[in-house]
Amino acid sequence: MTILPSPAPVEERDAAAGYPAAASATKIPESGNGVTRFIRSALQPRFFTLLAVVIIIGYLALTPLLYLAYGTFVDDGEFSLGGFERAYTSPALPTMAWNSLVFTLGATVLSFVTGTFLAYVTVRTNVPFRPLLVATAMVPLIIPGLLYTISWIMLSSERVGVLNQVSTAIIGRPVFDIFSMAGMIWVEGTHSAPLVFLFMVAAFRSMDPALEESALVSGASRLTMIRRITLPLVRPAIAGALLVTGVNALTSFEVPVLLGLPDRINVFVSEIYDTLRQYPYDYGAAGALSIGLVVLSILGVWSVNKLSGRGKDYATITGKGFRPRPLDLGKWRKPVGAGVVLYFAVTTLLPVLIMLYNSFVPYYQGFSFSSFKDFTLGNYTALFENRIFNRAVVNSVILSCGAATAVMALTALAAWLVIRTRTPGRQMVDQLTFLPLIIPGLVMGVSISFVYLHNPLPFPIYGTIFILMIAYVTRFMPYGMRYSTSSLTQISSELEESAAVSGASWFQSFRRVVLPLMVPGIVAGWIYIVIVSIRELSSSILLYSPGNEVLAIVTFQFYEKGEMSAVSALGILMVATLVAFVTVAYKLGANIGLRE
Amino acid sequence: MLEITNLVKTFDGEKEAKGGKGRNRVRAIDDVSINVQEGEMFTLLGPSGCGKTTTLRSVAGLERPDSGCIKVADRVMFSAEPGKREFHMPTNERGLGMVFQSYAIWPHMKVFDNVAFPLQVVPRKKRLNKRGIEEKVGAVLQTMELAHLAGRQATKLSGGQQQRLALARALVTEPPLLLLDEPLSNLDAKLRESLRFELKRLQRELGITSIYVTHDQIEALALSSRIAVMRDGKVMQLGSPRDIYERPANRFVAEFIGTSNFIEGTVEDRHNAHLAVSTDHGRLLVETDLQLKRGDTVVLAARPERVQLIDEPPTADGPNQLTGAVVTRSFIGDAVDHIVRVGDQDIRVQCEPTVSHPPETKVTLQIDPTCLTLVPIGD
Repeated sequence: MTILPSPAPVEERDAAAGYPAAASATKIPESGNGVTRFIRSALQPRFFTLLAVVIIIGYLALTPLLYLAYGTFVDDGEFSLGGFERAYTSPALPTMAWNSLVFTLGATVLSFVTGTFLAYVTVRTNVPFRPLLVATAMVPLIIPGLLYTISWIMLSSERVGVLNQVSTAIIGRPVFDIFSMAGMIWVEGTHSAPLVFLFMVAAFRSMDPALEESALVSGASRLTMIRRITLPLVRPAIAGALLVTGVNALTSFEVPVLLGLPDRINVFVSEIYDTLRQYPYDYGAAGALSIGLVVLSILGVWSVNKLSGRGKDYATITGKGFRPRPLDLGKWRKPVGAGVVLYFAVTTLLPVLIMLYNSFVPYYQGFSFSSFKDFTLGNYTALFENRIFNRAVVNSVILSCGAATAVMALTALAAWLVIRTRTPGRQMVDQLTFLPLIIPGLVMGVSISFVYLHNPLPFPIYGTIFILMIAYVTRFMPYGMRYSTSSLTQISSELEESAAVSGASWFQSFRRVVLPLMVPGIVAGWIYIVIVSIRELSSSILLYSPGNEVLAIVTFQFYEKGEMSAVSALGILMVATLVAFVTVAYKLGANIGLRE
Repeated sequence: MLEITNLVKTFDGEKEAKGGKGRNRVRAIDDVSINVQEGEMFTLLGPSGCGKTTTLRSVAGLERPDSGCIKVADRVMFSAEPGKREFHMPTNERGLGMVFQSYAIWPHMKVFDNVAFPLQVVPRKKRLNKRGIEEKVGAVLQTMELAHLAGRQATKLSGGQQQRLALARALVTEPPLLLLDEPLSNLDAKLRESLRFELKRLQRELGITSIYVTHDQIEALALSSRIAVMRDGKVMQLGSPRDIYERPANRFVAEFIGTSNFIEGTVEDRHNAHLAVSTDHGRLLVETDLQLKRGDTVVLAARPERVQLIDEPPTADGPNQLTGAVVTRSFIGDAVDHIVRVGDQDIRVQCEPTVSHPPETKVTLQIDPTCLTLVPIGD
C-alpha cells in the first residue's frame, strides 16, 4: 500500500465548473463518456485560462531555441555548417576557450571560497561585525554588475585609479591592472561571492545542530565531523552555489566586455558580442558560438546534478531556523573580525564611495582632497536634462513593471497547474518555464533577434519596446516560477479543498483563497524581477533601438563615450533606488518565511 | 443516508523493478460497501494506508473513484458501473460539510469570514442577502461558543477553538452529511480527550450524520455508533464498538483494537455452549456459537485485563488454567502489567495496582471461557 493519509492533489476535474448549475438531484444527471466529458471540461474558464498559460510559456521558451538553431544551420534557405566552420576554426579559438575556462573556474573558486567562509563564520562563530556581512550579501542586488565593473575601473585604472594612486605613492609604480584576467576574475568573483554566501547561510542555518553534535558525541573529531557530516549534508547547497556562480561567470557579459575586450582577452560571451559588432554581421558564427555556450551551461547543470547526487533525498532545508550555539573563535576572533571589516570595505564601501565621489566632481579625475571644494550637483542636473536619460527611465519603468507583472501572472497559474493538478504533461510545463535558465542573456538576445527578424506574430515586434518585453519575460520566467511554486507549496492543499467542499467553484477558490495566500510570494517575486529587469544589459544590448533605450543601455553608452561623471551620477541614483526596492523585498521575504 | 456500493479506487503504485513495464495499480479502496443510517456517527478505522481517508475523500468528491456508486440522501454523488455513463459530481456541488485534518482554516480571513465563506459562494440566485448570512453565521458561532471571537484573525485561535471553527464552517450550510478527517490527530493528548467528548456531545445534540476517519482505536470506540475496520482497502469488520472489541472477526481486528494474547489450537469437541480447544498449554474452553468441526485450526484471543493472575498452584477442577512464571512487571499507574511465561509463550496480564509479583514468581493464569474470543484463522 502506498496511499498516504496526507492529501493527494485535488484531481483536476474535481473542483471544476464555473458557477455550478443547481445539481439536478436523485436521477443520474447527464455527464457523459470520455469525449463529452472532455468537451464539458473544455468549456470551463479554468481550462481556457490554463491552456492559454501553457501556450504562452511554450511559445516563449521554445521559439528562441528553435530560431537559434534555424538561424545557425540554415543559410540562404539551405542547411549549412558554415557558421560552425567560421566560428570554430578561427585561430583565436583555443585561446578563447582557455580564457573562458580560466575565467569561469577562477571566478567560481574565488566566490565559492570567500562566500562559504563568510557564511560559516556568520552562522557558526561569534565573529564580530556580522551585520556588515549581511549588508555585503546585498551587493549583487543593489549594485548591478555593470556599475560594479565600472567602479572597479575607476578604482584601479592605471593613472587615475585610487588604488594605483596609493601604490604609486608607496612603491613608485601602479600595481593594479584591472584590464587583465586577474582583474576579470576579481571583479566577477567578488560580485558573485554574496550569492554563495546566501546559499550557504541558508544551508548552515537550516541544518539541525544535533546532527553535528551527535557526531561529536559518537567520538568524531571536529575535522571528521565537518568531513563526514557537515559537508555531505550541505552538499546540495554547495552544488547549487557552484552552479549559480559557475553559470554566472560563464555567461557574464559586463566583465568580459568591459575588462577583457580592450586587451583582447576574449571569452565566449565577448567573442559572440564582438562577432555581432563587426559589419557584415555573421549571424551564423554568432549562433554557432551561442549554441556552444548553451551546451556548456547544460553540461554545467548536468554535472552539478550529478554532484548533488542523493542530496535531494535528505535535503536539509527544513525551513526551520535553528540557532546553533556559536563556536568561540578565541584568539582568532579579532583577526577574523578585521578580515570581515576589510572585506566589507573593499567590496562594498569602496565601489560605492568612488562612484559617489565621481558623481560630485565636475570631471573624471583621480582622488584628491583638494577637489572637495569643487563638488557640484552639475552631473545630476545634466542627467535630468538629458533627453535620452529621461526616455530611458520611462522605458525602464514600463518594461520592468510590465515584465514583472506578466511573469508573476503567468507563473502563478502555471505553478497551480503543476502543483495542484494531475494534468498529464504538467511536468513538461514546469521544465519549459525553467528552460530559459540555460540560455545566457546575450544568447537570448541573439535568439530573440533571430525570432523577430522572421516575425512569427501578426504584428511588428522588431524595433519596438515589445521585443525587450518579450526578452525580459522569457529570461525571468524561471525566477518567477520559483517564487510562485515555493509560495504555493507553502499553502496546504486542504485550504483549497475545504473551499471546494464549502461549495466554491475553481474561480472562486482561486480568487478568494489561493491568490490572497500567494500574495506575499507574488509581490516578493515581482519586486525581484523589477530589480533584475531594470539593469538587464546582456539581452537588451542586441535588442534595443534608438528610442527604446533602457537605463542599462544608457549607462553602457555613457561609459563607451567616456562620460564617467554621468555614469557615476546615474549609478548613484540607481543604487539608491535599488536599495529602497531591496529593503521592501527583504521585509516581504522575511514575512513569507514565517507563514506555514 | 450515505450509501457506498462496491467502491473501487486505484492509484499508480511504485514503479516495478527494473525491466518491468508500467506501474502496478494499487487498490486503495477495494470493493467497499457501506450503508450509514440517519444520525449515525460512523467511523472508518484502520492503520495508515488502509484506504479510510481515500474513501472519505471520494465521498467529498476530492478523489474520483474508478467504479462503484456513492449516494448521499438518495442523491447520486458518483456512479460508475459497467455499461452505464460515468457520473462524478464536482465537490463544490455536493453540499457536504467537512472538517480536515489540519482544519484548513483560511489564515487570511477573520473567524467570521471563514464561517461565512460557504454561504457567500452559493450561486447568486440562491444566495442569502448580507443580513441573512450574518444571522446564520452568528447563530452557528453561538452554538460553537465562538461568537465573541467573530472579529478575530482565524490564526489567533487555540487548538480547541480552531476545531470548533472548522466545525462551524462545515455546519453553517446545514449539510446532510458531515465528514471528519482525523480532526483530533493534531492535538496534544489532554486536549484530544476533552474534545472527543465535546465532539460526541455536539454530534448527539445536532443529530447530524457523520463519517469519522481515524487511526486511533480508542477514539473510534469512544465516539462511534458503528465502526468499519479497514485494511488494504477492504472492510475487515463492520459493527458496533462493543462487537468489534469483544468479538473481533479476525486476527487483524483483534490485534489492531487493543492488545490481545493469542493462543493457537485445534478444535476438539463441543460441550453445550463451550467449545474445547486443544492448545500447547492444555485444553481450553471457549464460549462461542460458531459451528466448527473437530480438527479445525483456530486462534483464541484473550485481552490482558480479562486474564486473572493468582500466585497459587492451579485448583484441580477449574477450567482454563495455565501455569507459568512472571518474567517482568511494570507499574503503569492505574494497573500493573505482568508478562508471564507459559510454555514458550509470553502472556500479558493486566492486574489491579495492588497486585504485583516479582519476576520468577510461579503463578497461575485463569481465563473465564466467556473472556476468551475465538478468532477465525486467517488474517
